Amino acid sequence: MIEIRGLAKRLGRRQVLDGLDLDVRKGETLVVLGPSGTGKSVLLKHIIGLMKPDAGSIRIDGEEIVGLGERALMPVRRRFGMLFQGAALLDSMTVGENVALAMQEHARGLGEAEVRTRVLERLDWVGLEDAVGLKPASLSGGMRKRAGLARALAMDPEYVLYDEPTTGLDPITADVINQLIRAMQQRLHVTSVVVTHDIQSAYAVADRIVLLYQGRVRYDGTAEETRRTDDAMMRQFIEGSSRGPIQPV
Amino acid sequence: MSNGVTPDDIALQGFRFARARLGDWLAEVGRTAMLMFETAGVSLQRLPAGRLVVQQMQAIGVQSLWLVIVVSLFTGAVAAVQAAYQFSSVVPLKYLSGVILRSVVIELGPVLTALVIGGRVGAALAAELGTMKVTEQIDALRAMGISPARYLVAPRVLAALLMLPVLTIYADAIAIFGGYVVAVGALDVPSPTYLQGLREFFRMKDLLSGLIKSVFFGNIIGVMGCYHGFQTEGGAEGVGRATTMAVVSSCVMILIVDYVLATVLFRILFA
Repeated sequence: MIEIRGLAKRLGRRQVLDGLDLDVRKGETLVVLGPSGTGKSVLLKHIIGLMKPDAGSIRIDGEEIVGLGERALMPVRRRFGMLFQGAALLDSMTVGENVALAMQEHARGLGEAEVRTRVLERLDWVGLEDAVGLKPASLSGGMRKRAGLARALAMDPEYVLYDEPTTGLDPITADVINQLIRAMQQRLHVTSVVVTHDIQSAYAVADRIVLLYQGRVRYDGTAEETRRTDDAMMRQFIEGSSRGPIQPV
Repeated sequence: MSNGVTPDDIALQGFRFARARLGDWLAEVGRTAMLMFETAGVSLQRLPAGRLVVQQMQAIGVQSLWLVIVVSLFTGAVAAVQAAYQFSSVVPLKYLSGVILRSVVIELGPVLTALVIGGRVGAALAAELGTMKVTEQIDALRAMGISPARYLVAPRVLAALLMLPVLTIYADAIAIFGGYVVAVGALDVPSPTYLQGLREFFRMKDLLSGLIKSVFFGNIIGVMGCYHGFQTEGGAEGVGRATTMAVVSSCVMILIVDYVLATVLFRILFA
């Protein structure tokens, strides 16, 4: 369980997070929706300790991670897998080496054959076993995201964070990614936080949806509730209208 | 003054500006030192993978060899021409090789090699790590619980400080050979005279001091390249800025540290 209380972060002159409270319950897939620039990615980076908040608290299964140094964060981070917006594959390595990296670094008891088996298994989950020897530069956007997902799942994480998993993909490829997120959910029973502004993707993967605007959670409901909601902000976001309480930037 | 701005105000503003700039600069120095100590700390805790170090030694050392050869060949040749010109008819040409030898081994070899490698390798490191930074690859490493200092910085810095002395030895030898070609070919110094001069003027401590300096220069190049790469922000423009900063700051640092080491080595250690 992830408990976030009063999280605040200022970047330059913008108050990106402004006293945000949010709980992520064990085993659920939470989708964080919000217009661009409302601090969705910043929120994810705080959860995994890549950014330090100005104020507030983040507890992972009861353990406070705000204020931990880089070294103390390492064991916490190993319980997480993260899929970055641009996949962030290390481009000097092949897809297979990217997936193998964390295993080689952290599970050094694992033999070479064992690592190879596990890498191929992860790549098989995302349908990329043929791309094991390719460099990220020769992959399409969708393949890169799938490889990034395989890497995020390399160490059997308890939590998976997705930063805009479908952004920049065509609708069909986006659906492939949505199905994968759903499938991983059922196969591995991980707790997931998906940050997106793609409402279709949100409906496809979410157990629960929250709306982030001006640094705080403005709406919270199940996927089913969200479809029928009459909350003004959420409706405006679903309908994709520039008129309403959310001011376009 | 009519608008109420007194010379004192202007002085105060100037002082504030200078203080802010000094503050920025000190912060920069502090962050660089922290990166250096963090890297040393994590590598002592667990040595960086040999495979990564060898890869970097190849990129930093072996692939720079041709550049070093060309630069030092001409450095030696110029040293011969200039020394002969300054000797004119006052100093006999049998001292030519001694002057070339000592200036190359103490100063020109290590410093010019470091400046050239600082340009080539410093820029490459900053551009590589800077691109990794802006495409979130460094965040991805941290997210996997892998320390970028250990995985990225340590192999590069280690390779740079191992390879710089090696390149310097090549540079020394080739520059002396370049001097030989010019002295014997164009200045009519007999070959045995040149070689005799080398034997007479060689001092082990000159060579050692040059190599000690090159280890420091290697560290500067590695750390500055990685530091500016890590500080990169804002896409392609940021990568360009980081590359420039890495080269400029390592070249300036090399010359400053050269002076400090010259004082320490020749006035204290080898005095």
